Amino acid sequence: MIAIEGLTKKYGTTLAVDDVTFTAEAGRVTGFLGPNGAGKSTTLRIMVGLTRPDTGSATISGRRYVDLPNPGLDVGVLLDASAQHAGRTGREILTLAQQYMGIPRSRVEEMLEVVSLTPAEASRRVGDYSLGMRQRLGIATALIGDPEVLILDEPANGLDPAGIRWMRDLLRGYADRGGTVLLSSHLLHEIEVIADDIVMIGLGRIVSMGTKTALLHEAGTVVRAVDLLALELALAASGLTAAPADGGVLYTDADAALVGRVALDAGIALTELRAATGAGLEEMFLELTAATQREGAPA
Amino acid sequence: MSTIAADHVRTVPVTTTKRIPLTRITAVELRKMFDTRSGFWLIASIAITSALAAGGVILWAPEGELTYSTFATAIRFPVVIILPLIAILSVTSEWSQRTGLTTFTLVPHRGRIITAKAISAVAIAIAAMVLAFAVGALGNVLGAAIRGTTLVWDVTLTQCLYYVLGMVLSLLVGFMLGVLIRSSTGAIVAYFILTFLLPTIFGLLASSQQWFFDLQPWVDIQFAQAGLFVFEHTLTGTEWAHIAVTGVTWLVIPLLIGLALVMRSEVK
Repeated sequence: MIAIEGLTKKYGTTLAVDDVTFTAEAGRVTGFLGPNGAGKSTTLRIMVGLTRPDTGSATISGRRYVDLPNPGLDVGVLLDASAQHAGRTGREILTLAQQYMGIPRSRVEEMLEVVSLTPAEASRRVGDYSLGMRQRLGIATALIGDPEVLILDEPANGLDPAGIRWMRDLLRGYADRGGTVLLSSHLLHEIEVIADDIVMIGLGRIVSMGTKTALLHEAGTVVRAVDLLALELALAASGLTAAPADGGVLYTDADAALVGRVALDAGIALTELRAATGAGLEEMFLELTAATQREGAPA
Repeated sequence: MSTIAADHVRTVPVTTTKRIPLTRITAVELRKMFDTRSGFWLIASIAITSALAAGGVILWAPEGELTYSTFATAIRFPVVIILPLIAILSVTSEWSQRTGLTTFTLVPHRGRIITAKAISAVAIAIAAMVLAFAVGALGNVLGAAIRGTTLVWDVTLTQCLYYVLGMVLSLLVGFMLGVLIRSSTGAIVAYFILTFLLPTIFGLLASSQQWFFDLQPWVDIQFAQAGLFVFEHTLTGTEWAHIAVTGVTWLVIPLLIGLALVMRSEVK
């Protein structure tokens, strides 16, 4: 389990991380979502002791990262797959990690197999690797010590769709066996596909967090009826705001059960009633992204 | 793929976690000095240039100077440039190649990493010196045989140790610059300024200004250490004091500043 409490980090006048508090639970995949420059990487760097916070604390299974005697055995870390010496081979990079940790040498070949790097690829210099291969190597480095906790910064970057699917299965399996997985991404879809819990960060502050299901539920309800106008009036009479949305449906913030009850009481036949999947989350995420957007608004 | 992952991920027995010993970190840091093509050739070039320098002495040294000390002095020049480069790159590559992201997370105590790097750099320096002495001895024997001169061994063990000390100090200056500057190019340029440009300026200043002439041994680290590499000379107490004072100002103090910076510097 990872516990972050009141983490704040300032660079000059910029508040990179602003009073961030959240936990990543064991047995679950926690997605750390936010646009570029939101403070994700800084938070992760503080977690693994690379950056000192101004205030607040980060603990892993109750201990500070720097107090772990052999951190590679407890926490697998991938911060930037490209941060490797271009002149080393993939196998050599894994071997260095294996030697720091003092684990059996056989782990190197095992890990190469786990991340599907062929012996020939492993013997090539990392300078010649594609980003996807570097990500696989980085994941192998994170996994080699068989840690309980995984901290991965943008691990899906550069992976092809099959690679993303592979990683999702890998992380799912890891969490199902009781591991804690925290991964960051700036892509909502990636997080939606992989994570159980979502922590959304923007401009250094946490803007939303919870289980994926709860966050998606918060997104509201989509409802369709033969007599759409009557339904809208009935909802309004019950004090619920609803607005027509694309595709001849009504969109409302209210819970689906409540909408169904209103429709039943008003005797209106519904043709569709469902949670608005991800719309709210996406909306919130787009707002966040727009706020930090560097390019001007499209004409 | 995922089934393999599932089978393999949890196979390592949970070991009793002990703090990573410094010996293991040092072994890894030593390995990292050899395991890239550039690192390998840099170290190999010590052997290659030593052999070339010895060859040069055999071919071109004047008759009376074909002695062991001439070989040792000739070999010094390439080695005194290459050794500090090895020390510089071992530190700066963590920043310039960004490998520090992995290194400092696997061992989240930068002081231990830097210590391990210092130990491995000094170990390489000593090994290189042993090699240089061996190449020099071989050159001396070959030279005497080829040119038909008498074999002259004019270096004592104490003088060898001085020589090694001098080399280790040069290497540590390189190491210090790596720690202080943390950029490969910057540290290498600084090393050449400190080793080749500054002594020239000090020399000019000393030859034109009397007050500096008296002061030079206390200020100029190269001048102060020159005695370590002169074989027919025993160092006096004052000369040791010169070495100590210049060592503190040019090596120890900047190294301490560099270490303080390394502890907080971010690996981007």
